[in-house]
Amino acid sequence: MNELLEGSQAVAEAVRLCKPGVISAYPITPQTHIVEELASIIADGKLNAQFVNVESEHSAASVVLGSVATGVRSFTATSSQGLLLMAEVVFNIAGMRLPVIMTCANRAISAPLNIWNDHQDAITVRDSGWVQMHAENIQEAIDLHIQAYRIGEAPKIMLPVMVNMDGFILTHGLEVVDMPTQEQVDSFLPAYTPLYKLDVENPLTLGPLVDPDYYMEARFAVSETHKDVLKLIPLIQAEFQRTFGRSSGGLIEAYRLDDAQKVIVAMGSVCGTTKDVIDSLRSKGKKVGLLKIVTYRPFPIDAIYQALKDIPKVAVLEKAVSIGSYSPLLSEIRSIFSGKKKSPVISGFVIGLGGRDITIDSIKEVYKRLGPKPISEEYIDLKPELLEETI
Amino acid sequence: MAQENGHLFSSGHTACAGCGQAIAARLVVDVTGKNTIIANNTGCLEVFSTKYPESAWGVPWIHSLFENAAAVASGIEAALKFLGQKEKTTVICQAGDGGTADIGLQALSGMWERGHDILSICYDNEAYMNTGVQRSGLTPFETSTSTTPVGKQSLGNPRPKKPMPEIAVAHGVAYVATASSGYPQDIQKKIKKAISIKGPKYIQIHVPCPLGWRHDSELTYDIAKLAVETGLYPLIEYENGKLTAVRKLSKIKPVEEYLKFQGRFKHIINSPEQIKQIQAIADYNIERYGLRPEPVNPSAPQPVNTQTKV
Amino acid sequence: MFGPLISKAATAKANKTGSWRVEVKPKFLQKDCIACKMCVLICPEACVSGEAKNTYLCDYEFCKGCGNCAAICPKKDISMVKEEEK
Repeated sequence: MNELLEGSQAVAEAVRLCKPGVISAYPITPQTHIVEELASIIADGKLNAQFVNVESEHSAASVVLGSVATGVRSFTATSSQGLLLMAEVVFNIAGMRLPVIMTCANRAISAPLNIWNDHQDAITVRDSGWVQMHAENIQEAIDLHIQAYRIGEAPKIMLPVMVNMDGFILTHGLEVVDMPTQEQVDSFLPAYTPLYKLDVENPLTLGPLVDPDYYMEARFAVSETHKDVLKLIPLIQAEFQRTFGRSSGGLIEAYRLDDAQKVIVAMGSVCGTTKDVIDSLRSKGKKVGLLKIVTYRPFPIDAIYQALKDIPKVAVLEKAVSIGSYSPLLSEIRSIFSGKKKSPVISGFVIGLGGRDITIDSIKEVYKRLGPKPISEEYIDLKPELLEETI
Repeated sequence: MAQENGHLFSSGHTACAGCGQAIAARLVVDVTGKNTIIANNTGCLEVFSTKYPESAWGVPWIHSLFENAAAVASGIEAALKFLGQKEKTTVICQAGDGGTADIGLQALSGMWERGHDILSICYDNEAYMNTGVQRSGLTPFETSTSTTPVGKQSLGNPRPKKPMPEIAVAHGVAYVATASSGYPQDIQKKIKKAISIKGPKYIQIHVPCPLGWRHDSELTYDIAKLAVETGLYPLIEYENGKLTAVRKLSKIKPVEEYLKFQGRFKHIINSPEQIKQIQAIADYNIERYGLRPEPVNPSAPQPVNTQTKV
Repeated sequence: MFGPLISKAATAKANKTGSWRVEVKPKFLQKDCIACKMCVLICPEACVSGEAKNTYLCDYEFCKGCGNCAAICPKKDISMVKEEEK
């Protein structure tokens, strides 16, 4: 059914359709609307779930760790500082192979304090073992949450999934969305059947001390499972399309890449703006395109290679940095082509940190700057005059 | 999954010989029985009982991190409620003194305040033993630890123990008690009582650590008893905020009796001034909790129900 | 593929901690025992068992020789003896 919804409301409704039994979260802007909405849904008796109001994000993540370990589908959501506070638990959840599903309403990291969007939060925990997916718009945010439970809870996988959606831009934006029906979701998403759980009938010890004789294999196993996730996600995407009648999710999305000479690689809502720019430039005969990364972890190396190998010039557009080195996505895209015979000229651009507006002109500027030589890390829409400020 | 000899905490764990925590942990789970799920903070108990691929636990047990067992237990309790299995399952969150009173206090405070039906146990061996005897918020006054060493400018830990039982009481925890591995039957009785009460419960058990306290392993039992008999570790019970029972001391022993067996107090044992200060702590406890067999001050409010010394 | 993450319950018995003992071990004299079970309650290794008076014993496969059973026995019916003593 088509309806006009705020992003947070839409995600809360999607989560309701997935029927989690335990929800726990701590307030943080711009995530809060999601769990407020879920609290209302539970208060109104529209979802049978335990809502645990915790005293920190560290505990929010720990509560859902405990509830999923007890065999109950669960949900949490956070942003920015909240994600960093729970970082220790984030790693632990993945290491313990517990399919927690979390929304990250992406927001900049302090200092200076800033509540607006960029991707530094999610990028900071990219090595944790979580599956990380990025939504371009509210519809995709809905769809990715439903897919996330299928991916994470697959018996071969048993890993947590973080659905990233840009703070404010998507969480507080309004969009006409096609909200699935309960019947559709039920037919797509079966009840959670854990492979292992805390059960008095079959007592197991979860989270033991693992010494050097055993540790490497546990980490290697998570890494191997990420390869399985790469194979599973396209299958889930196809099945989703069969059930819901639209394509959503997947590893990457190629937008007007055929014959493209200049291609932007990006994640999240900026892809929507970029598509508009591409349509406009294409109408003027410019051969430009977009490679949208939907799944950032596992990193779809082969799919990206295939999509970009014949493109002459690539611009990696990134809302995060790795201070003291090249930006994370830039480094990773370049590493794909290391030692390969065919490689685009790959440049990197940092854009939209802390919610700096990304306009049509910002994107055009990126295409314009792509020349014969690679650019390693240029900031778009930087205000040099502010750098003169002294303390 | 009971052991052949009926214990839910089995032989083969790797605690030091004479470990007070190993005594108490077994007593706790043997009383709560097989319908128990335990969330354990990082610490000695976690390390010596669950070194992969072995486990000493006969009940479902989970360790996540140092400070989050209370939140993990909250999630377990919420999940059991959702599944309709809470009524038949006891949920325990347990930690050492550091995991309880220091790094884990925020999660514990949240768990208590939310009123989860969870029994929290603090195995109080009065320092961070797992990392090599560093001072915690429950390390006693003038204890020598590796981070409160004795030196020209130092007599050991400069602060008294954090009053965890009273902190629990202030949260409205329905049942709060202290216990001691020197009184195994008393531990069992208090655990039994705790699980008969719905809501949050807190039991802090004094557990000697031969390695960290620097005493002979066979003295674990005697030293634990002496801590109680000197008034340094009063055994008390609060129900719904009221002090309802204390273990009366038929013969109060001077604190030296307790201190003299332990290397962690070696630097003060020959110092009357320091002994006096520690005796003052015991005396305060004795008066505050009414540990004497007869009331010293008949006008002072007395506990409604008292126990006699076993 | 999950790797080493979960242990089965009560598997620690594979670890024979009796080898840790040095010098002394408890000897259950089985003369004046009143079956008060205090030795069972205090044993950190959970390795003392018995049913009736004068039947209590410890499992030397696990006993670390800490001596608390001897310390707690109200009848002094457990004594710590040299390891080589029968």
